[in-house]
Amino acid sequence: MAFGLGGALGKLRAGLQKTREKLSQSLKGLFAIGRKLDQDLIDELEEKLIAADMGPATATQIIDEVKAAYKARAFKDPNDVYVFLKDKIRALLGGPDAGGDIRFAATPPTVVLVVGVNGSGKTTSIAKLASILTKEKKKVLLAACDTFRAAAVEQLEIWSQRIGVEIIKAQTGADPAAVAFDAADAAVARKVDVLLVDTAGRLHTKENLMQELGKIQRVIKKKLPDAPHEVLLVLDATTGQNAIAQAKTFREVVDVTGLFLAKLDGTAKGGVVIGIRNEVGLPVKFVGVGETPDDVERFDPDAFAEALFE
Amino acid sequence: MRFPLADCNSPIVESMFESITEKLTAAFSRLTSRGKLTEANIQEGLREVRQALLEADVNFKVAKDFIASVTAKAVGKEVIESIRPGQQIVKIVHDELVALMGPTDGYIHWQSSGPTVILMAGLQGSGKTTTCGKLAKYLVKKGKRPLLVAADVQRPAAIQQLQVLGKDLGVPVYAEPSGRPPKICERAIGHAKETDRDVVILDTAGRLHIDAALMQEVKEVADRTKPDEIFLVCDAMTGQDAVNSASAFHAQLPLTGVVLTKLDGDARGGAAMSVKAVTGKPIKFVGLGEKLDEFDEFHPDRMASRILGMGDVITLVEKAQASLEQGKVEKAAEAFMKDQFTFVDFLEMMQQVKKMGKMKDILSMIPGLGSQLKGVDVDDKDIGRIEAIVQSMTITERLHPELFNGSRRKRVAQGSGTSVEAVNQLLRDFQQMRKMMKQMKGMMGGKLGRAKMAQFAKLKGKGGPDSEAFRKFQGGLGGPKR
Ligand SMILES: Nc1nc2c(ncn2[C@@H]2O[C@H](COP(=O)(O)OP(=O)(O)OP(=O)(O)O)[C@@H](O)[C@H]2O)c(=O)[nH]1
Ligand SMILES: Nc1nc2c(ncn2[C@@H]2O[C@H](COP(=O)(O)OP(=O)(O)O)[C@@H](O)[C@H]2O)c(=O)[nH]1
Ligand SMILES: [Mg+2]
Ligand SMILES: [Mg+2]
Repeated sequence: MAFGLGGALGKLRAGLQKTREKLSQSLKGLFAIGRKLDQDLIDELEEKLIAADMGPATATQIIDEVKAAYKARAFKDPNDVYVFLKDKIRALLGGPDAGGDIRFAATPPTVVLVVGVNGSGKTTSIAKLASILTKEKKKVLLAACDTFRAAAVEQLEIWSQRIGVEIIKAQTGADPAAVAFDAADAAVARKVDVLLVDTAGRLHTKENLMQELGKIQRVIKKKLPDAPHEVLLVLDATTGQNAIAQAKTFREVVDVTGLFLAKLDGTAKGGVVIGIRNEVGLPVKFVGVGETPDDVERFDPDAFAEALFE
Repeated sequence: MRFPLADCNSPIVESMFESITEKLTAAFSRLTSRGKLTEANIQEGLREVRQALLEADVNFKVAKDFIASVTAKAVGKEVIESIRPGQQIVKIVHDELVALMGPTDGYIHWQSSGPTVILMAGLQGSGKTTTCGKLAKYLVKKGKRPLLVAADVQRPAAIQQLQVLGKDLGVPVYAEPSGRPPKICERAIGHAKETDRDVVILDTAGRLHIDAALMQEVKEVADRTKPDEIFLVCDAMTGQDAVNSASAFHAQLPLTGVVLTKLDGDARGGAAMSVKAVTGKPIKFVGLGEKLDEFDEFHPDRMASRILGMGDVITLVEKAQASLEQGKVEKAAEAFMKDQFTFVDFLEMMQQVKKMGKMKDILSMIPGLGSQLKGVDVDDKDIGRIEAIVQSMTITERLHPELFNGSRRKRVAQGSGTSVEAVNQLLRDFQQMRKMMKQMKGMMGGKLGRAKMAQFAKLKGKGGPDSEAFRKFQGGLGGPKR
């Protein structure tokens, strides 16, 4: 396992504490003794799932399974419904690809490309990854490929100084693919273990910007044919159903390997990752639970499901 | 040969034209054209509306209340004979949405003495700093002299970010390397007075609504600077949680308005409705891109269509218009209406299509479509071939397509370097189009119909006269479904 969990799981739990309390409270309320699984109850249950941003389609699918299980008399008391829902979510989000093991290259450097829409949390998430990897005594290099947004390079540079890692950068306005190429070059020359590539935020609907991203990946491959070894799509946990379109489109342009779910420390539940897993197949690898480099967790489907439905 | 849009895989065309209107039309197909709308007979239709709202990320509670109010409004209404009940409900829903999110209100409260203070607040990454820059630019255009204030001492390089924007705009930026934001902002106002700036725009750090310390801090900024306007900056992609963050900011700060950012994507933007519902504050401006001029006043009618999944047709049309010659498009629309649409109008339209250039960018503004457009190429060659065929027709033939017999078809095929099949296809599609127009005309009398028709003609010019697409699009606009 690349990323030690240690006592860190507590943070995710704390982050999801509110969610859990609210949800289990309301779920308990729903299943008052003697209440039947009628349409009203189904509707209320569906609302709970939707409130967690699971989206009407995924919610309906899960509810249908609840109904089927009910018909098959699988529930003896209200608690069975939580267990059922929890198992569903856990099974869906789990799997060998889920959770935060970075796929390291057979021979270094490992290249991690970080992508996502504007303001989702890419740069901060890179700082988080850099911090964990540095603690694991890995030699990390950052590539400042957001050459578009005002002071984006400076932002990453400040993180590099705070964490104590090197950075490859160019002027604002430079070709981001050229920066990526230089960085891949430097990663080899400097015998770096992991190269973390920050990119500009872009909406998945902007064809030219998406092509630019494709080019960044191609250029990296030119230098290191197996790279990037990991492409993380950073998703803001407050995002609603649009995240599904984001996941689909980014995956068409670069080889997205998983999600980094940022800002889970708020009240948003990030339930859209269930829809993404369902429809697009992408696993969640990490979660962001704050603004400092330490505020990161390896995604644990058990903990996530537990936290949502316990 | 097919027309450009018809070459798209059917799911694309499907999602583009499948809309709430179509779903509702189906839901109401059993309702006859006479009688009243009752709670029972509109229930199924309103389920579709609810589904659309939830897919658009409208908070489920807000959606529920909304459906209840629409039900109350709709029940008892006579079914208007000329319109189908589905369309009638869509209109009621649409109007209600517009009423809920409106009115358009770009008003800024100006301070009569001393500088006007505008505070920007919101979650991390929502777009506050960019919006500060956009607003400064907007105000400079209106003859104001803004001062930007960097009060985000949290995010690395946040101050530099604002300074870069200020430099681009030629607008001064007040910043202190460290210190507490309430103090910084207070001193910034003093600085504005000294340097004769008449608007002060405060850029604050992003914060979570449950972060008590930081919420207290921004409240303190507001207490000390007494802003004339406090805008909550909200990302259009926000999901169900929008109600929680917005109501917390609303509870802490005397908000005066909302700015909805990142509307240049394909998010349906239901958060607009949620935020308006919980704060009651007008959505004043929208962000339409990363550049500082990509900023506009909020249009509730456009937002309503967008949330319902009908696409932001008006913005789309506006974008299209920018590259079209207005007169020609209107002429084509007129011909539509008069039932005199010929290949002459058609050719004109095709030529307009070519001018559109970046059609994909425009199409990608339709919710749900953007992501599917990847790899679909709107082929200029197809348009060229269609043009060639029409240009090989005589003027008489263009005006009277019914003249086309076998030998004429052959001649045109040869003249255009295409095939008889290609000519046949074009003629078929053209006839189909004409037929549609007749039906549409019959159905949509009056001003509304006319306006829609003109709108449609413009869009049509963009998309190419594909009969299948046309049919579906027509469904999307509330036309008869076959
Ligand atoms: N509370 C919280 N804030 C976060 C988290 N991750 C990032 N942020 C904040 O969100 C804001 C945007 O983060 P960035 O890392 O700059 O996002 P980005 O995706 O690089 O943004 P652009 O490059 O501008 O597209 C900053 O204020 C971060 O501090 C998180 O997990 N929790
Ligand atoms: N596409 C798009 N991007 C935007 C818009 N407004 C802001 N952004 C981008 O969103 C990201 C976060 O914006 P910023 O102003 O730094 O947000 P802040 O953290 O709230 O100050 C940046 O990459 C901006 O360029 C918008 O309307 N459309
Ligand atoms: Mg960034
Ligand atoms: Mg900012």
